[in-house]
Amino acid sequence: MRYVDEFRDAGLARALASRIASLVEPGRRRKLMEVCGGHTHTIYRYAIDELLPAEIELVHGPGCPVCVIPMGRVDDAIAIAGRDGVTLACFGDMMRVPGSAGSLQEASAAGADVRVVYSPLDALRIAREEPGREVVFFAIGFETTAPSTALTLRRARAEGVANFSCFCNHVLIEPPLRALLDSPDLDLDGLIGPGHVATIIGSDAFGFVAAEYGRPLVVSGFEPLDLLRSIEMAMLQIAEGRCAVENQYGRVVAGPGNAAALAVIDEVFAPRPTFEWRGLGFIDSSALGLADDYADLDAERRFPLAGARVADPRECQCGEVLTGAIKPWECRVFGTACTPEHAIGTCMVSPEGACAAYYNYGRHTRQREAVG
Amino acid sequence: MSERTATRDGGGRERRIREIVATARGKRPRFRDEIVTMAHGAGGKASQTLIEGLLEPAFGSAALAELGDAGAVDAGGAALALTTDSFVVRPIRFPGGSIGELAVNGTVNDLAVSAARPLALTVSLVLEEGLESDALRAEVEAMASAAGAAGVEVVAGDTKVVERGRCDSMYVCTTGLGARDGRASVGTRAIAPGDRVLVSGPVGSHGTAIMLARDDLGLDADVRSDTRSLWPAVDALLDAAGPHLRCMRDATRGGVASALNELARASAVAVTVREREVPVDPPVAAASELLGIDPMYIANEGVMVAFVAPEGADAALAALRASPGGERAAVVGEVADDPPGMVLVETPFGGSRVMDLLAGDPLPRIC
Repeated sequence: MRYVDEFRDAGLARALASRIASLVEPGRRRKLMEVCGGHTHTIYRYAIDELLPAEIELVHGPGCPVCVIPMGRVDDAIAIAGRDGVTLACFGDMMRVPGSAGSLQEASAAGADVRVVYSPLDALRIAREEPGREVVFFAIGFETTAPSTALTLRRARAEGVANFSCFCNHVLIEPPLRALLDSPDLDLDGLIGPGHVATIIGSDAFGFVAAEYGRPLVVSGFEPLDLLRSIEMAMLQIAEGRCAVENQYGRVVAGPGNAAALAVIDEVFAPRPTFEWRGLGFIDSSALGLADDYADLDAERRFPLAGARVADPRECQCGEVLTGAIKPWECRVFGTACTPEHAIGTCMVSPEGACAAYYNYGRHTRQREAVG
Repeated sequence: MSERTATRDGGGRERRIREIVATARGKRPRFRDEIVTMAHGAGGKASQTLIEGLLEPAFGSAALAELGDAGAVDAGGAALALTTDSFVVRPIRFPGGSIGELAVNGTVNDLAVSAARPLALTVSLVLEEGLESDALRAEVEAMASAAGAAGVEVVAGDTKVVERGRCDSMYVCTTGLGARDGRASVGTRAIAPGDRVLVSGPVGSHGTAIMLARDDLGLDADVRSDTRSLWPAVDALLDAAGPHLRCMRDATRGGVASALNELARASAVAVTVREREVPVDPPVAAASELLGIDPMYIANEGVMVAFVAPEGADAALAALRASPGGERAAVVGEVADDPPGMVLVETPFGGSRVMDLLAGDPLPRIC
């Protein structure tokens, strides 16, 4: 397939790997964080980490939109779905995310009207087609998906679809990155920046990583060669003692981002004073709620919600996985109490979650290597 | 490599965790969910717990324990095969086929891949009040025509009508009887190290056609279901490589990945797949790329996997390629002894990864 196969070329991958190998100082460990769950997925699916020299350690970051949703918000979504006459529309990934008393999939099996959609516009279509039902879209995601939610709300407003509302859980990438970089334990040498978020906010928006924290960041695409090239660019900066924000994903990402998308985000959403992140706790100004102009489409204002903070199960270490403090397999319940079939933590549910990626793709090769 | 992994990943502990995971995976799955969810119907791990954790132990027959596509029945010296299947597809008509055609071909194929010549079918119809007679007539005609094409007779049937909203247009259940063919002795436990893995045609077309026909994705592409009888292909395989044929399975829900996992587990062998050798039609590849779904997990209705001893592989491939719909058949992998019960994919870069059963339905990527 054109524009895909070119980025999966084995010969070029090996060439990049050997160039990366030439950039490490023997014995000097370098820790790079891939911020985005999509990158984690590619790394495991193509066994990218196995192409890298031992000195380079890839650490998984917080950029998995499903993983960061706290249990209390899942409980609220289930409560909305359980109301008479209400249809909750959500992305498929959210169906299996555990709340404190079950998941949306289980709520659906117990009689709640939960429907999987591929786009927020599908949820609006359901509302239009079934005017007798209240249709609530369970919005999640970073800046990447916020514009499509915003456009949907704008359209709902324009069409006067009164039975549609949005349970907004959109989050922002900068605050958790700052929280991570402020933490003294996580000693990162560089970051692989999230390409899809950068499509919206622009690579320039990551300037603070270099300017304030002195770390190189390379915005990366999602194909194997994208990642390898981004790792090479980051390692080159490190080797040359530079630190800057660079853009490997230039075929998609522009420095200033997408002005139209940013404008609609600004119009429809307003920053929340604080928001809870699964495993990371409350982070100030880290999420978006609906702006007052759109209050009538806000499910949180339309339905009484508990809004309770629900502590993660004690055994769950998603927070440490999401901050790169531990590897998936270091979690005390990984692969035993927590599996993709019966997940305790969100990281084991989403295909972009580090634990699910590791569990589903990674484990045998590494086992064989460790043994052999 | 071992030293590197040990220093990087803490070696011993990571290995122990992996061993725990591998051991748990090898155990008989338990059915311990409180309620049935859609995941139990998706052909992945949840379906496996339902079948191996509840149904198979409850019924306890030797034929069922084989976990084949059809069960063996011996009656008065006749070696027969029996199978049954229910069809609940939405929408009932889609590019390349319809529920009636699926209901016949699906059951015919369960017999065919059990190396049994399809003889007779029964058809049960569950109809929703309000279904248009023309729609029903079209499906009955589709069944008659598919049965004729597959050379089977419909010898018994049943009809039920349920209130509006109690079923989605129509459900069809078919049961098939076949005569086990003497040219091969196949079974889910007969796969041996060294065997070659063949795929009979491009994968993922049926499931993609259905996804597109539902119009949830807003994508337009010319993708047609691959629904067809596999008996002609199996008949050709039996002629060309019968004694070397170990096992076949039609790769329906859960796709080729799930079929390979089930068989690797049943025969306690390792299956290695070269992803690049697996045929995928370009529109299917493009749609799955866009959605972030692996075509290896998408349902087929006219594609099977076949395990053939190495000495029969060339003849088997040639026979498949000469059969209808088999033009793009390919050898996609090999069988090894270790690690038992697992399917591994060779990445284009020389690494390998696990291709496991999914927990539930394949999910499109969010961003």
